[in-house]
Amino acid sequence: MILRGNERVDIIKFDASKEFTAIEDAYKRSGGDPSVLKMADVSSLVVSGNKILSANQTEGVVLEKKSTESGVDIVLTIKKGHNIPNPIHLCFGILPKEGVQQINVTMIAEEDSSVELIAHCTFPNSEHVIHKMDGKIIIQKNASLTYNETHFHGEKGGVEVIPKAKITIEEGGRYYTGFALVTGRVGLLDFDYEVDAGKDSICELNAKVYGKGDDKIFIKEKVFLNGENARSVIKSRVAISDNAVAEFTGVTEGHAPYARGHVDCVEVVQGNAIAKAVPIVMVDNPLAKVTHEAAIGSVDKKQVDTLCARGLEENEAVDAIVKGMLK
Amino acid sequence: MDLEVGESEIHSVIGPNGAGKSTLAYLLMGIGGYSPEEGSVYFNNEDITQFTITQRSKRGITLAWQEPARFEGLTVYDYLSIGAGGVGKVSENTLRHALEMVDLSPDKYLYREVSEALSGGERKRIEMASILTMKPKLVILDEPDSGIDFVSLKDIVALIQDLKKNGSSVLVITHRKEIALASDKASLMCDGMIVKTGSPAEINDFFMKKCKPCDVETYDLKGE
Repeated sequence: MILRGNERVDIIKFDASKEFTAIEDAYKRSGGDPSVLKMADVSSLVVSGNKILSANQTEGVVLEKKSTESGVDIVLTIKKGHNIPNPIHLCFGILPKEGVQQINVTMIAEEDSSVELIAHCTFPNSEHVIHKMDGKIIIQKNASLTYNETHFHGEKGGVEVIPKAKITIEEGGRYYTGFALVTGRVGLLDFDYEVDAGKDSICELNAKVYGKGDDKIFIKEKVFLNGENARSVIKSRVAISDNAVAEFTGVTEGHAPYARGHVDCVEVVQGNAIAKAVPIVMVDNPLAKVTHEAAIGSVDKKQVDTLCARGLEENEAVDAIVKGMLK
Repeated sequence: MDLEVGESEIHSVIGPNGAGKSTLAYLLMGIGGYSPEEGSVYFNNEDITQFTITQRSKRGITLAWQEPARFEGLTVYDYLSIGAGGVGKVSENTLRHALEMVDLSPDKYLYREVSEALSGGERKRIEMASILTMKPKLVILDEPDSGIDFVSLKDIVALIQDLKKNGSSVLVITHRKEIALASDKASLMCDGMIVKTGSPAEINDFFMKKCKPCDVETYDLKGE
């Protein structure tokens, strides 16, 4: 347990023997396939609150993990030259209504390695849950790391998700990431990723979030194109309705010759929701080029009219368009 | 204006740019911002003037836009399914067949997004495939020939005739003589008015003799 102010919060309340099954079930509802968590040839890690429920590592993967008072410390290393054939599955969650989960994670893709990670974060019963991640990701020379994170939240909105990461991509490295929070209520999202992109590296950051009620969404993505010929795309798709607020800040700075970056943000606003987009592009090398585009507003009228002309009601058309955008 | 489209009839509307042909299409479909200042729109003897787009489409009216919309994340499969009553309401084979009818390979296109990744011509063909799967009672085609890379206009004419064979009435807005002449009836529109309705040959002849060069400022063509 931990203290939050004068309040005592139980981190784990569930019977441990049933916990794996419960988190498996939540994992399944969030779109994951729980069978992969038991496969011998798939690296995986399942953490509920601060309990490590299962872990598996395969050839080329070194998974160090340690339970802490309020979460878990992880060091994941992909050994030099290894191409991991199956995606590594990570499952984080808090099943009780209240709790704190602090994930400290370091991921290292060593030289010439390649890996894909799929993370599912599930908080199906949340009323007051805090999920924090402090990440450090290092992609060494000519390595490739793909990290896709999907969140599954309950309908009460009592979640604070605070992922922060610093990513370093060395020469010729590739980093692709996707963050999706489109199921259930967001609660508070304070997302902050920062990338140092080296020579000939490629970086793509994608975020898709659907906010409702009084959800608050803050997305900050920063890419510093520090190496010659480094390339990046920041792509953000946010839909908000009711009284939700969203603020997207996409920063790309080109500091090296032939660096190319692009920031692309679309925010769809419905009801009384408020959206703000702040693309910041900066170049201090005359051979670098960075561009941006941002569109904020209601759903495109022509798209709605088209789907209505195919038989959908207006609200169904808007729903189909928003779901498509967030798919 | 008076304009009547009969059951299983192909009716062309021709006229110069700015005549109001696309406005007529939007008005018939109930697209926002376009409604008649006077008069009514009837469909199967029902006054639909105040109906929403959805109410009209549920009665069997649909419109294919001159410039089809783009949908990020929506696949061709999704888009065609919506027209056919919803995802899962129609077999994949039916959707594949509709794509084949517009000369698109189902294997290549069925699961692609209807987004900017597709060319205008490809989206236009998908629009036509969507109409085919919807099986509407009345199709309004707004310049189905513009921007399309069909080798021959015969393909478009054949599609329009297929719609008729399937029981649809077709109101087609076009600049192309080949399409107009394949219609059962044609109307000439100028300056927001229907100038003349008759057989396609008659309207074409009238157009060629009286409308060249087109000078809408003189209003010479209003009425007989």
